[in-house]
Amino acid sequence: MVDLSVDIGGLKLINPIMPASGTFSEELAEVFDLERLGAHVTKTITRDWRNGNPTPRVCEISGSMLNSIGIPSKGIQAFLENTIPFYRQYAAPLVVSISGNTADEFAALCADISVDGVDAIEVNISCPNIEEDGKAYAIRPSTTYEVMRKLRKATDLPLWAKLTPNTGETPEVARAAEEGGADALVVANTILSMAIDIDSRKPRLGNLMGGLSGPCLKPISLRMAYQCAKATNIPVIGCGGVSTAEDVIEYLIAGASAVQVGTASFLNPTAMIRIVDELVAWMVRNDVSSMDELIGSINDGEQSEGLVFMESAP
Amino acid sequence: MTVFEQTDSFDRKSDYPISELDLLVKSNEPVNHEYRQLILAAPADLLDRCRAGQFFHLLCPQTADHRPFLRRPMSIYGFYPQSGELHFLFKVTGTGTRALATLQPGDRLSVAGPLGKPFEIEDSWQHLVLVARGVGLATLAPLALEAHRLDRKLTAICSARHRDYLLSIDYFKDLGADVIAITDAEGTSDVDHLERLLEDLVQQGKADVFYTCGSNRILTLLKKIGKRHSIPGQIALEQQMACGLGMCHCCVRPFEQNGQIVNLRVCREGPVFDLQAALAW
Repeated sequence: MVDLSVDIGGLKLINPIMPASGTFSEELAEVFDLERLGAHVTKTITRDWRNGNPTPRVCEISGSMLNSIGIPSKGIQAFLENTIPFYRQYAAPLVVSISGNTADEFAALCADISVDGVDAIEVNISCPNIEEDGKAYAIRPSTTYEVMRKLRKATDLPLWAKLTPNTGETPEVARAAEEGGADALVVANTILSMAIDIDSRKPRLGNLMGGLSGPCLKPISLRMAYQCAKATNIPVIGCGGVSTAEDVIEYLIAGASAVQVGTASFLNPTAMIRIVDELVAWMVRNDVSSMDELIGSINDGEQSEGLVFMESAP
Repeated sequence: MTVFEQTDSFDRKSDYPISELDLLVKSNEPVNHEYRQLILAAPADLLDRCRAGQFFHLLCPQTADHRPFLRRPMSIYGFYPQSGELHFLFKVTGTGTRALATLQPGDRLSVAGPLGKPFEIEDSWQHLVLVARGVGLATLAPLALEAHRLDRKLTAICSARHRDYLLSIDYFKDLGADVIAITDAEGTSDVDHLERLLEDLVQQGKADVFYTCGSNRILTLLKKIGKRHSIPGQIALEQQMACGLGMCHCCVRPFEQNGQIVNLRVCREGPVFDLQAALAW
């Protein structure tokens, strides 16, 4: 008998598989039973209606994709009226992703979205597309701490901070989020990227640059998940390039307590439940009965902090 | 009253209108030197859910030369529950379709669908007019089958560069449609000529609704004639997609709704839209 359940800062999940924000919505309920997921994570919402970025919003590159959607949002009212009631029919915890242009606006939205039916709030302090000058809160420890403090005061719900790979200070940002009051870290968002059509010489995304996701991103997110798990005492949720049970196991060994699946669901809408099934089969095959046997079980010896928290390739 | 009903509510435990399946390739033959017809063996319960105008999201194979990453949306060319076949007609143009062209009988292809909002045929629409050009004829072909099934009159105006590229003409004829072929080579496909053809149909009372897809020129013309005579219309549109389900919001296009410009998802609110709401691009 294998036990897939995990505990994310007091929130109990039946398994460690959940969608990444922006790659999941009510429509997926037309493909499989969403009750099979560890949690439901909504697309980031903002307080007000947002149109999003110009097209093309997506382009594929070898083995991965870039996107620049720009957080189109119907605003908080539509979300409260339609989205939350939809997910209420499921027992799986609902994690609402939010974003704000200023720390105060962010915190106000966080308070207003802390309603019955919401089990945790994922604060997208990392979206690379919309912050002014491409700067996100989670690029620096100081802005991370400042915004997390305000968010912490705004809600009693578990707060998950979604970090960005577009920083050179991963462990410092992780610690700042923890000190600011985060209950868990989601590691990480997409990495800022670019692609150009060589015939037209035009950028291949309408918004010039976008976020890289898919299998190419996995080693980067995995490294960050490892560093964040070492740097803090709060659960880490790995996110980046997960498309197989082996990817999940790799993240768990690195120190993550759960994972989010994103781009893989675009290629295979049933990817998440396939991964759950594969994970069970792998555990049976390898005589592993609980997630605790995997989480943080990396054989990395007694590495120095200098090596673990390295921010440049050797 | 519409003939096609979208599945808006369903039992979350057991009833899943969208499937992800590996289907067997029965054949994949060229129909001319640009287009191929792909025939997949499909279970009847999948085919029973298909409607004209809907599409599937195809996971094109990885080959030595072509490595498409995302799925490719492709409109249904034909669906036949009795023979268990799902047909696609595609033009070989890019990485995805080049990879698709390599599929051999016996290979498997992952499909996700059926997806999107289908064409509607209202009870009062007795004379249907379909106008399409090039590969757009593939999207409108199942509409001809549905019109035949519902015993509606259909006029199909088929446009192409050359007669050799007039796809599906025999298919439309076999279904009892009046086919009007217009080509660039014969100088019959220009907008003025098309407008005269359409006006003639309107005067004869043979145009209760217009269906089209793809072409900017045809869209602009049909909107004008539709407005002039208060004739409704529907258009199937394309856009680059990632998820195909409505999750990612990559495939939006602008539409005019109540005097405002709004972004709608081609995969979810479409791919079939109201003709007057569609904007030329």
